[in-house]
Amino acid sequence: MTAELLEVNGVTLQYKTPRHLVTATYRVDFLVHQGDRYVILGPSGCGKSTLLKAVGGFMLPAEGSIRIHGREVTSPGPDRMMVFQEFEQLMPWKTVYQNVLFPMKVTKKFASPEAATRANAVVDKVGLSEFRDVYPHMLSGGMKMRVAIARAMALEPDILLMDEPFAALDALTRRAMQRELLSLWNQLGFTVLFVTHSIEEAIVIGSRILVLSAHPGRVRAELDADRLDHNSVGKPEFGILSNRIHTLLFDERHGLHAQGESRA
Amino acid sequence: MTDHPPKKPARVPRPEFEVALTDATAIGEVERPLTFGERIVNNEAVQRLTILVGLIVIWELYARWLNNGLLFPTFSETMRTFSKDIANGVLIDRTITSLRTLAIGYALGLALAAVLTTFAVASGIGSRVLSMLTAMFNPLPAIALLPLALIWFGLGTPSLVFVIIHSVLWAVALNTMIGFRSVPETLRMSGRNVGLKGVRYVALILVPAAFPSILAGLKIGWAFAWRTLVAAELVFGVSARSGGIGWYIFQARNDLDTATVFSGLLAVILIGLFVESVIFRAIEAHTVNLWGMQR
Repeated sequence: MTAELLEVNGVTLQYKTPRHLVTATYRVDFLVHQGDRYVILGPSGCGKSTLLKAVGGFMLPAEGSIRIHGREVTSPGPDRMMVFQEFEQLMPWKTVYQNVLFPMKVTKKFASPEAATRANAVVDKVGLSEFRDVYPHMLSGGMKMRVAIARAMALEPDILLMDEPFAALDALTRRAMQRELLSLWNQLGFTVLFVTHSIEEAIVIGSRILVLSAHPGRVRAELDADRLDHNSVGKPEFGILSNRIHTLLFDERHGLHAQGESRA
Repeated sequence: MTDHPPKKPARVPRPEFEVALTDATAIGEVERPLTFGERIVNNEAVQRLTILVGLIVIWELYARWLNNGLLFPTFSETMRTFSKDIANGVLIDRTITSLRTLAIGYALGLALAAVLTTFAVASGIGSRVLSMLTAMFNPLPAIALLPLALIWFGLGTPSLVFVIIHSVLWAVALNTMIGFRSVPETLRMSGRNVGLKGVRYVALILVPAAFPSILAGLKIGWAFAWRTLVAAELVFGVSARSGGIGWYIFQARNDLDTATVFSGLLAVILIGLFVESVIFRAIEAHTVNLWGMQR
């Protein structure tokens, strides 16, 4: 088996609103290797979330192809577990433990005693064993996000798809969650495709960064950020990469129209 | 702004400081259980009971002041008739007859509603059909269908069941559809993400996620059904021996036995209270309240 896990080839994504046909991304190519922390970075409106949804199988590309392990993606499936930005992705009628167990039960990927052990282990791993039998409405935002990540990881998907998972958290919790994700990655070595609009988060989380331009989303660059993490914030290397991305995103000289957007 | 420069207050220097934490043990436990008295006052059952006793006292006082047993019997007289008819089994028989009919109609109504909404979720046409049907039939009073039911099914339980189904079906179907529509997109996607489809998707994701709304539909459906049934029984006594609680009230009116009319009404109210505050309360406590979907 090759190291290439996910292959996105010339993908154009379009969706319809009641009045318009919107082109979200235009002929985007990229390759995700096994064990990558692959970050898709871009301003709002660059179609990065739509791209992730397409990888998740929630929409089909108008042009091009998405392949995982060489198989064409046509529908959602448990080999590509998604973690969403919203907290309401958890089932309010199930406890933390039941939420984590649910995908394993539904997909029958693991026999039920093994599923129970795995669920307990992963709840433990994200530090929520005290809250095992608590319903989601009693958890804080950060805890809900941890449950969502635990739920996705317990199933051992081929790739974990994360759609700005920390964007709705406060700054302190976000930082803690980023650290946690990295330490989980160090322990388990899964593959993750991570979407964000924050340059700093992209550098800290990512091993590879795909920079997209906006309206419609097109590939601007693919950069390496494997060496940089939280400890590098403030170091010159970090600043250089950050500035480079900033220029790629916002510099008009490269033929992009000014977005007038300051959020990065 | 040039003629009067912005008034910037002079900065008073303030020292920075760090202090040791104040000792907070003086307030005792930071989290303390409520006292027995506090819990009694907050208890919903106690509050309901107080309201009930208040209403009964007003009733008794008014009836005594009016002093006309034919128009408005006292609470105590009503209770005497009520307990007499409970003791000799008449009222219990009547109630059981009514509840049995109700249970059949309610169950069939729910089953039909489930079929219709599943059909509606599955396809765009189905959803259009359902919303048309509910718009047409929901405002139609069930009692207005009774004459038609009598022509179709004759005098007897099937006619009653037919009108009950009509009163349950549309209320439940409408609320279930509203509930399904309001299920957040993220929750739907996380259901589809693990490969759920069709009936399993409806049963494992949509139904629990829309449960507050479905429960509201069940409650409305129950109230409609109970109302319709009692009213239908009043309109025609099926046969003297097998009549329900509405027939019991109707007979008592013919005899100008107002206390018995009251005790029949009391039975209707008590059953309504029981279903609402015991059965539905229990369902709520174990579902939507537990899950934090409803306060």
